[in-house]
Amino acid sequence: MIFGISPQALMSQLLVGLINGSFYAMLSLGLAIIFGLLNIVNFAHGALYTLGAFVAWFLLEYAGIGYWGALLLSPLVVGLVGALIERTMLKRLHGLDPLYGLLLTFGLALIIQGLFLNAYGSSGLPYSIPEALSGGRDLGFMFLPNYRAWVIVFSVAICIATWYVTERTRLGSYLRAATENPILVQAFGVNVPWMITITYAIGVALAALAGVMAAPIYRVSPLMGSEMIIVVFAVVVIGGMGSIMGSIVTGFALGVIEGLTKVFYPEASNVVVFVIMALVLMVKSSGLFGKAA
Amino acid sequence: MIGGRSWKSVLVFSALASSAAAQMTDNLVKIGVLNDQSGLYADLSGQGSVLAAKLAVEDFGGKVDGTPIEVIFADHQNKPDVGSNIARQWFDVDKVDAIVDVPTSSVALAINEVTKSKNKVFLVSGAAASDLTGKACSPNTVHWTYDTWALANGTGKAVVKAGGDTWFFLTADYAFGQALERDVTAVVKANGGKVLGSVRHPLNASDFSSFLLQAQASKAKVIGLANAGGDTINTIKAASEFGIVKGGQKLAGLLVFITDIHALGLKVSQGLQLSSAFYWDRDDKTRAWSKRFSDRMNKREPSMVQAGVYSAVLHYLKAVQSLKSDADGKAVVDKMKQMPTDDPIFGKGSIRVDGRKIHPMYLYEVKSPAESKKPWDYYKLVREIPANEAFRPLSESECPLVKK
Repeated sequence: MIFGISPQALMSQLLVGLINGSFYAMLSLGLAIIFGLLNIVNFAHGALYTLGAFVAWFLLEYAGIGYWGALLLSPLVVGLVGALIERTMLKRLHGLDPLYGLLLTFGLALIIQGLFLNAYGSSGLPYSIPEALSGGRDLGFMFLPNYRAWVIVFSVAICIATWYVTERTRLGSYLRAATENPILVQAFGVNVPWMITITYAIGVALAALAGVMAAPIYRVSPLMGSEMIIVVFAVVVIGGMGSIMGSIVTGFALGVIEGLTKVFYPEASNVVVFVIMALVLMVKSSGLFGKAA
Repeated sequence: MIGGRSWKSVLVFSALASSAAAQMTDNLVKIGVLNDQSGLYADLSGQGSVLAAKLAVEDFGGKVDGTPIEVIFADHQNKPDVGSNIARQWFDVDKVDAIVDVPTSSVALAINEVTKSKNKVFLVSGAAASDLTGKACSPNTVHWTYDTWALANGTGKAVVKAGGDTWFFLTADYAFGQALERDVTAVVKANGGKVLGSVRHPLNASDFSSFLLQAQASKAKVIGLANAGGDTINTIKAASEFGIVKGGQKLAGLLVFITDIHALGLKVSQGLQLSSAFYWDRDDKTRAWSKRFSDRMNKREPSMVQAGVYSAVLHYLKAVQSLKSDADGKAVVDKMKQMPTDDPIFGKGSIRVDGRKIHPMYLYEVKSPAESKKPWDYYKLVREIPANEAFRPLSESECPLVKK
C-alpha cells in the first residue's frame, strides 16, 4: 500500500494520467511551435482542436470517411484553414505587440465555438472508436482499452517527430534562423513569409490531429476546445513559452500529476495544474525549460 | 438595515394597494428564463427553455387580462454569483416578475433566496436539489419538474430492487450532486443496500477514467452517477470504453436527459434505466406539443426540463389572470397552490404547500439501436410511478411552511 492505495491502483492511475497528458502534450506542442517561431500567442488553438474533431465527424457523416482517413484529412483541412487565417489576418499583425495576435485569435476562437454551439448544441455528437482499436486488454493491474494505448503510442511518436524536425533537420534550422533574423534569412533566398504561414499551418494541424484523436474518447463537442485550452496554456507557461521539449515533457508530467490528484484529492483535480503554474512562476518565471529572457 | 426594511414594507404596501386596484406592475408581465446558455447544461435547458416559455405565452394568447407578456433570457454560466447578480438586476431594474428554469442547484438555491427577499416568483424546472422544497423551501418558489428525491425513488429504488445492493457514487461536487447522493443513499439503505464509497469530481470534468477506475476497484455492484449533462455523457462513454459494464458492474444514471442519450448514441447507452417526468413520445398530446417545439428547435425534441418550463409558465399565467395582478409574488404562488394544474403535457396535477408540484414520474429504459424506429425514438416505459408515490411525502419534509 502506498498512501492508502494499492500499487495496482497507483499504476493504473499513472497510466490514465499519461493518456490525458498526451493530449496536453500534443496541444501545447503546437502552441510552443507557433509561439517559439512566430511569436503569436495562438488562443484559437482550442477552437481549431474542436474544428479538427468536427471535420472528422463531417467526413464520417457526409463522406463516409472513417477514423483513419480523418486522421490524415482533418489536419490537412484545418492546416489549410490555419494558412488562410495566417495569410489574411495574422500576417497584418506581424511586428506588433503579441497582444494583438492574442486578441485576434481569441476573437476567432469565440466565433468558431459560437458557430458550432449554435448549429450543434453543447452536449456534442457521438463518434465511435474505430473497429480495429475497440476492446482492450487486461494488464493485470487494469483493463487498458486498446484505443487509449494507441493514443499514448501515437502521440509520443508525433511529439518526437516534431521535435526532431524542428531541432535536427535543415528545415527546422531555417525556421529557427528565420525567427532570429528574418531579414538575413530572406537575403539567403529563403521565402520567410511562406515559411511562417507553413509553420502556423503545421502548428494548428497538430491541434486538429489531437482533436481527431480525442473525438472517440470524449465526444465531438463545441466546448471541447475551451475546456482544454486554459489548461494547455498553463502547461506551456510551466514548460517555458516556446520550448518544444519543455512543452512535451510538461504535458505528460502534468497529465500524471492531475491523474494522481484525482485519487488523493479529487475535488482539487481541476485546479492543481494552476497551483503548479503559480509555484513555477514564483521560482522560475521563464518556466521550467524556458531560456531566461 | 432599518431603512431597507421600511422601504421594503412601503413596497409591499404599495404592491398590496395596487393589487387591490387590479393592476399589473409596469403594465407588463415579464418572465425571465435564467439558465445555462452555453455550457454543459445548455442543451437540456438553454434556448429550448426560452422557446418553451414563449410557447406557453403564445398558448395563453400573449396577454394576461389585457396586459402584454414578455419573455427575456440570460446565461448564468452555472455560477451562483453570476446568477444572483442577474436576478437582482432583473428584479430591481428590468421589472422582471418571475424567474423560470435555473438548472444547476447551487445557482437555484441562490436565486431562491433573492426571489424571497424581493417577493417575486421563482419557478424551478432545471434544478434538482430536493432542498428547494425541503429546508430551503420558500413561499415564493414552486419546484416544478423533478427533484433528487424523485430520482432516488425512481431509478435508485428500481436498481436496488433488481439486486444492486452495493453502491459506489461518482458525484458532481456541488449542491446538486451532494443532494442526489444523499437522497439515493437513503433509498439504498432503506431497501437493505450498502454504500461502499464515493468520489467527488469537479463540475465539468472532462476525463472520468480515473474516477471510474476508483469505482471499479471498490467492487460495488452498482456505480451511481450523481452528475448531469456533459458530465454524465463523458462518464457513460468512458465506462463503456473501460469495460465497466462487461466486468459485471452496473451503471445507474441517476439523472439522465434525452439530450444526453442523443449525444451518446444508443449503442453506448442502451439498457440504461432513467427517471423522467416527461417523454416527447408518451402520448398524442406530448407528441403534438413536442412537434411544435422541435419544428422551431432544429428538430431537437424537448427535454423534461424544457417541457416543465412550458407547463410552469402556463400555470403561472393562469394564477396571475385569476388574481388580476402580478405584484405580490407570494400571493401569486399561493394562488398557484390553490388552483389545480392542468396542461396538455403534464396532465392534471397540483402544487403542495411546500412548493412541490405533484405529477407522475416515469421509469424508462433506453432502447437498443434495433428497437429504435425513428429519430429520437429512445425510451421504452418500464413503470409509471403514480403521483402520490413520486415525490417526498410531506410527513418527511423539513420545510418550515409545512405545519405538522
